[in-house]
Amino acid sequence: MLVQGIKSRPEYKGLDIDPHAKRHLFVLEGEGAQALIDEVGAKGRDFLAKSEILYLAAGAAPKAYDVTLSALSPDVFWQASTLQPLLFRLRACLEQARMGTRLSIAGTEGFIGQIMQVAIEYGIDYHSIHTEHRGSMARRVQCVHCKGITDNVTTSPFPCSHCGLPLLVRDHYSRRLGAFQGVNIDAEEPGTAPEPEEMFP
Amino acid sequence: MTITFRSETFRDDFTFRNSLYNIKRFPFPFDRDEYMYSVNMEPHIRGKADSVFENLIDVDEHYVAEMQDRALVLKEDPLRCQALPHMMTAQWDVLELLMEHQAQDYPEHFTLEKNGDRWRWVNRPMGIDDTFTFGDAATLPYPPMEYITRQAQGDFCIVDQRDNNLWMDAGMVTTQADWSLDFDIGMNFMEWHGPVPLAHQIGVFDRALKFLLNLQQGKPTRRLNWTMTVNPRLDTSPENYHKWGPDRTTVTPENVGDKMHLRVELQSLWRLPRSNAILFVIRCYLISLSELVTVPKWGRRLPRVLKSLPPEIADYKGLTRNRPIMIDWLAKYDDGAPTSAGIYPD
Repeated sequence: MLVQGIKSRPEYKGLDIDPHAKRHLFVLEGEGAQALIDEVGAKGRDFLAKSEILYLAAGAAPKAYDVTLSALSPDVFWQASTLQPLLFRLRACLEQARMGTRLSIAGTEGFIGQIMQVAIEYGIDYHSIHTEHRGSMARRVQCVHCKGITDNVTTSPFPCSHCGLPLLVRDHYSRRLGAFQGVNIDAEEPGTAPEPEEMFP
Repeated sequence: MTITFRSETFRDDFTFRNSLYNIKRFPFPFDRDEYMYSVNMEPHIRGKADSVFENLIDVDEHYVAEMQDRALVLKEDPLRCQALPHMMTAQWDVLELLMEHQAQDYPEHFTLEKNGDRWRWVNRPMGIDDTFTFGDAATLPYPPMEYITRQAQGDFCIVDQRDNNLWMDAGMVTTQADWSLDFDIGMNFMEWHGPVPLAHQIGVFDRALKFLLNLQQGKPTRRLNWTMTVNPRLDTSPENYHKWGPDRTTVTPENVGDKMHLRVELQSLWRLPRSNAILFVIRCYLISLSELVTVPKWGRRLPRVLKSLPPEIADYKGLTRNRPIMIDWLAKYDDGAPTSAGIYPD
């Protein structure tokens, strides 16, 4: 479970198939595949014929979710090797998307954030996007000093992968950036940063 | 009244000082001897002569130096001034509001001439004389919000109103107490106040939001907020925390009076006429403890307030490290005598 009570963090309320949607676009990462598989178990297979699934296996590749997702026989199943081609494909999908398309995202928080960023860019109201957190609790963090973003942060503090400052991960999230805020932890007395502690396994 | 503008700095050699006149008009934020957490809103109406409430957009002796400091901040980091694309109408609202107030209340320093949509703006302290077409951004050297807020003291946020919420969708923020416009832009009221401790639980933000959603045009409202800053530094941004953070370790019992500054924000909120957005002005006033204790009532009251501060609040305001040094130094100005109610000097 993610830490609760962070006011600026989106609530990931879970995938919830909208029976009235004309088309479903599922953008899934790693363990996020299981979120859709669970929905099929609960709601039946009817929506799959009007569904497009974009999948990035990432760390969950050994679990071969791609085989399971493909076996669901959606209208389109497409698998990306890395995030960059996935975002490229997503843009193409949104470019052509019609009224009545429902976007659903499942995976780690950093993944959800980056997909939502693209969706918001295309004018989708973020309230209308169904999201479900699955997999690691690692955070995507922006350094407030150099503005560089570090993915998959599991400890606090952690060294900024761009400027090297040791950063405290604040419980403050920007939807626009799809990232938490990282602030230099030993700014007052450089060199006194505590040891990194595993906070987001 | 003609203001004599000081030549001074808010960085490096820190030559900022308050004149005797400016000390007396400082907006001391504590109306009683113990700290109380509250929204403390009141109508933003004209107050006493020679107070910061005399005019609703206050211009003081630090004007020119503050605008020079803002220009330096923007050179280092242009992201301190941002506006989302749908905020252009609100930008013009802000330009009009600030020009009209400054010209009306400080005619020696500012003049606004309107000839239909052709406006001429004269800012004598900064040597500016521009003629432009209201509503046509191409006729100004900067977008309208940036143009006018490079010529007005305080930070400025323009907050859009929709879906029963307020959205931080534009701002000029160079004198902030440790929050980032670049990070918070696009957030709603609850989101951008996310990191504030205690207040969410006691319903402060729910009440404040409800109140602000009903803010009416022509009836601005205000509150005072405060923190403390080591050295008279305007730019205490999180972006530069690794640069100014070490200042906090330089405070000693010998220098605390000159180094530690009470930093008061006069926050005023204005409904804007065309956009229905809200302008949120966060005007920062600085005073060193040495200057502050020249008013005996304030010297008595400040140590009492600092002692009563809950630890979470002290931490959030970044006071934990230096609070004991401040309280010790201030103790000699508190003879235990009772203080009068309200914020003004006796």
